[in-house]
Amino acid sequence: MIAVVLATDATPWVMPSIEYRLLAPILIVLGAGVISVLIEAFLPRSVRRPIQLTLVFTALIAALIAIISLHDDRAVVGQGALVVDGPGLIMQGTIVVIAILGALLMAERGLDPSGDAFAPRASALPGSEDERQFTARGYFQTEIWAFFLFAVGGMLMFPVSNDLLMMFVALEVMSLPLYLLAGMARRRRLLSQEAALKYFVLGAFSSAFFLYGSALLYGFSGSISFPVIAEKLAANPGQSALVLIAMALVAAGLLFKIGAVPFHQWTPDVYQGAPTPLTGFMAAAVKIAAFGALLRLFYVALGGMRWDWIPVMWVIAALTMVVGSVIALTQSDIKRMLAYSSIAQAGFILLGVIAASPEGLAGAIFYLISYSFTTIGAFAIIMLVRDDTGEATHLSKWAGLGRKSPFVASIFALFMLSLAGIPLTSGFIGKFSVFTAAIEAGNTWLVIVAVVASLIAAFFYLRVVVLMFFTEPTEETATVAVPSVFTTIALAAGATVTVLLGIVPQPLLELIIHAGVFVR
Amino acid sequence: MTFVNDFPWLTVLALIPLVGSFVVVLLPKSMPQLAKQVALAISLLVLALTIVIALRFDGSSELPFQFIEYHEWIPAFGITYSLGIDGIGLVLIALSAILVPLTIVAGWNDVEEPNSESVGSVKGYFALILALETLMIGVFAATDVFLFYVCFEAMLIPVYFMIGRYGGPNRSYAAMKFLIYSLLGGLFMLASMIGLFVVSGQITGVGTFNWFQLVGLDIDPTTQKLLFLGFFFAFAIKAPLWPFHTWLPDAASAAKPGTAVLLIGVLDKVGTFGMIRYCLPIFPAASEFYAPLIIGMALVGIFYGAFVALGQNDMKRLFAYSSMSHFGFIVLGIFVFTTIGISGSVVYMVAHGLSTAAIFLTAGFLMQRRRGSSLISDYSGVNKPAPVLAGFFLFAALSSLALPGLVSFIGEFMVLLGTFQRYMWVGGIATLGIVITAAYVLRVYQKSMTGSVSEGLASIKDLGKREISVLVPIAALTIFLGLYPAPVLNVVNPAVETVMSIIGQTDPPPTVGLTSTSSEGTQP
Repeated sequence: MIAVVLATDATPWVMPSIEYRLLAPILIVLGAGVISVLIEAFLPRSVRRPIQLTLVFTALIAALIAIISLHDDRAVVGQGALVVDGPGLIMQGTIVVIAILGALLMAERGLDPSGDAFAPRASALPGSEDERQFTARGYFQTEIWAFFLFAVGGMLMFPVSNDLLMMFVALEVMSLPLYLLAGMARRRRLLSQEAALKYFVLGAFSSAFFLYGSALLYGFSGSISFPVIAEKLAANPGQSALVLIAMALVAAGLLFKIGAVPFHQWTPDVYQGAPTPLTGFMAAAVKIAAFGALLRLFYVALGGMRWDWIPVMWVIAALTMVVGSVIALTQSDIKRMLAYSSIAQAGFILLGVIAASPEGLAGAIFYLISYSFTTIGAFAIIMLVRDDTGEATHLSKWAGLGRKSPFVASIFALFMLSLAGIPLTSGFIGKFSVFTAAIEAGNTWLVIVAVVASLIAAFFYLRVVVLMFFTEPTEETATVAVPSVFTTIALAAGATVTVLLGIVPQPLLELIIHAGVFVR
Repeated sequence: MTFVNDFPWLTVLALIPLVGSFVVVLLPKSMPQLAKQVALAISLLVLALTIVIALRFDGSSELPFQFIEYHEWIPAFGITYSLGIDGIGLVLIALSAILVPLTIVAGWNDVEEPNSESVGSVKGYFALILALETLMIGVFAATDVFLFYVCFEAMLIPVYFMIGRYGGPNRSYAAMKFLIYSLLGGLFMLASMIGLFVVSGQITGVGTFNWFQLVGLDIDPTTQKLLFLGFFFAFAIKAPLWPFHTWLPDAASAAKPGTAVLLIGVLDKVGTFGMIRYCLPIFPAASEFYAPLIIGMALVGIFYGAFVALGQNDMKRLFAYSSMSHFGFIVLGIFVFTTIGISGSVVYMVAHGLSTAAIFLTAGFLMQRRRGSSLISDYSGVNKPAPVLAGFFLFAALSSLALPGLVSFIGEFMVLLGTFQRYMWVGGIATLGIVITAAYVLRVYQKSMTGSVSEGLASIKDLGKREISVLVPIAALTIFLGLYPAPVLNVVNPAVETVMSIIGQTDPPPTVGLTSTSSEGTQP
């Protein structure tokens, strides 16, 4: 809307027309977020949880139905601020499904004897008498659902933003609730709060980068709209330092969100400190949303500059894959290991971005979908593996888990094999599609780097399998808690998608190819 | 080549063990005996069906590939689910189908319920063997490079668990080493395979993974040389060819004897099979370019493996190094580009599968009698308390050194003949390798089986009925094919001739005697 104001400065004010039907998915989720806040304000504590949960799931399912009903629509909406197009809808659809699974995990109360994964009162000082009282009285926070809905709303806007300001607003709407939620873990609260603060400070930095870059791009092109920027770049092919700096700043803001090296330092701390269901949701959904935004920015607005950004991204992708994989080797905490794994995986997805072709776009989207289901499944299992102090995230406590709980360990092994890219899992088809796009685009050497990084990554993924299956259980070995139906559904969905996409990927590939490219 | 059968023989053949594997897993833990019996029954069913397929296979047919199946799988990437076997595929599937039930019977009491030393359940081991059988059939029957790759890589997982969960003291390290080595090769092959897909798209307009379409492509030699390397690297690690062999001794000595048989007897053959099926026909120019280098590696492998075997005091490691030496011969036969050499390599693969089974299983039976020690120095004079065991050991040893009358002799002889046809001096050097083989094989026999009975061995039992029933079929087949190799050669020769014509190679004319310059390979 601000875009409109800026662009139509001189003309008389006209009421902007809003395409409610085309914007329905975003509006439903954000509307539900507002209602959720009102519920917190006006309803008694005892009824909040069931009502909030009903609201969340109804809103998400309604949004999903709205997205599906839009499958044939291609339009630029909201006065040019947003678009409805195939890749955008697929990413929105995946985000909503992942959000449903994430909500199922966040709603789980059967694992921790004292409640769910979130602190009873975030305001109570860690370790204080207040906190003990709140826990003893069985308090829960239901505000998390309002935060959650706003975060999902932001994620839905992020990959379909068609101008810089909308993208920035989406980035903030997505991130701010996540900063808060990251600090609300029930166990190890200091770690959680530290994580939240780090996430917030570094996130604010990156937002500032993005905003600065946006201002420079506006200065160059006189517009914040992606298609107009693309036009101006095409009309002025001479590279100006202004554009290059602007591009670097904007990209840095987005690369921070996807956790690419060298903007990755926040990832391990935040993944480790945040409540596990939230980590799972964030690892999966933020990655999709941020990659969606990155792809749109690079393909639509900066497509003409690809010979300038490809070499830089080439280096970033190679670094991301290698650094992520190598540092993951040394981790002894499973959540930190998966954090570095998510960095390495981001590097692989960047191969699709760098291909700068429809195949690259399709490959990146497929990879994102397969990665997100596998990742949320893996975090669901981390929620289940517990000892007296809560989740047993230290790797040594996973030794011999295959003996104690063969079924759960097998599913976790499946997720690890998929992340390692072993055939017959979705991860393999994902790697295959981005590698194919990269070789088609002539990036053979980058694929060789990716191959070496895959091997290093395979080593640490399989190390967990070795630990679970090839070693004896010890006294230290954690036990697997019996999950309620919420977690079971999420886990089953993750495992099913991981196997199905590995064996019959064609329907999804067809859907992605059919969806076509970004609307300009 | 599009002779489509009504009945999906190969798919059914591959699915039976997979279904069997699930059945075995779902059996209750309290009935380990039942799990073994079901696994054996399934593997025998597969063997029976393989025999039916072999009988229906038309050796004289003009069509090199039979039992063809063709379905779209992932059209987005030109990937098909297409199966088909030529004589080489048939022979190797038959080898797998024979060895699986034998390893199941041989390993009947090898796995115990989880205790302080092992972490896996009984049914798990047998389920893994069956799952592996599915993938072995798939890898030999695939006529789509992608499908082949999927089976090739997926095969690692059951073996990884078989070594890592059920192996000896060093199992975790050995399993990881095996997996990382194989993945390294596999990932480079993946890159090459994608490159091949892209190149095929550039040449024909539509990228494909189908073997039949890839074979006819006229890829320019420079590209061929690059893509060849990815494939060859994967196969050379798998085979294993010197210097990519270091995983094998660790894996073989950490694994159960049955696992080692399947690993060396069948899985490693996928490497040499891949060279014949993929490296040669798809990259003929590159194969010719690299042949001298590869022949050199094969020669080094023959001698390196043999010399290291000579110095081993560990039986399993000794046989692993000896296999490496044998694989040198197989690779040599493939890359001299003569009909007789390649046919000889295929016969050698079968022979080596059988002799590996004989030697590892006999040695396994022996080691079981002494709490698993595999040190040669722990054994002496076994032939007195256990003459039958010693007899089979001698037989296995002779089979390994290629005694005339045994099938390994046919293979080795044909490979050397084919080598002499092409490069006289290479053949001459390779022949020396046989002498060292004789030395280390007879040395281990002499040390362990003859002489005075060492302490603790005097009271060991001779082979029981179960153990004999495993070794007799192997011995019978070794002798039968040694005297009458026609059943194998009749189906292998046409397939090899097809390969030769695809790569545009003709046999060199005989150098002595005959005046004819016929390019037909000499039929033994």
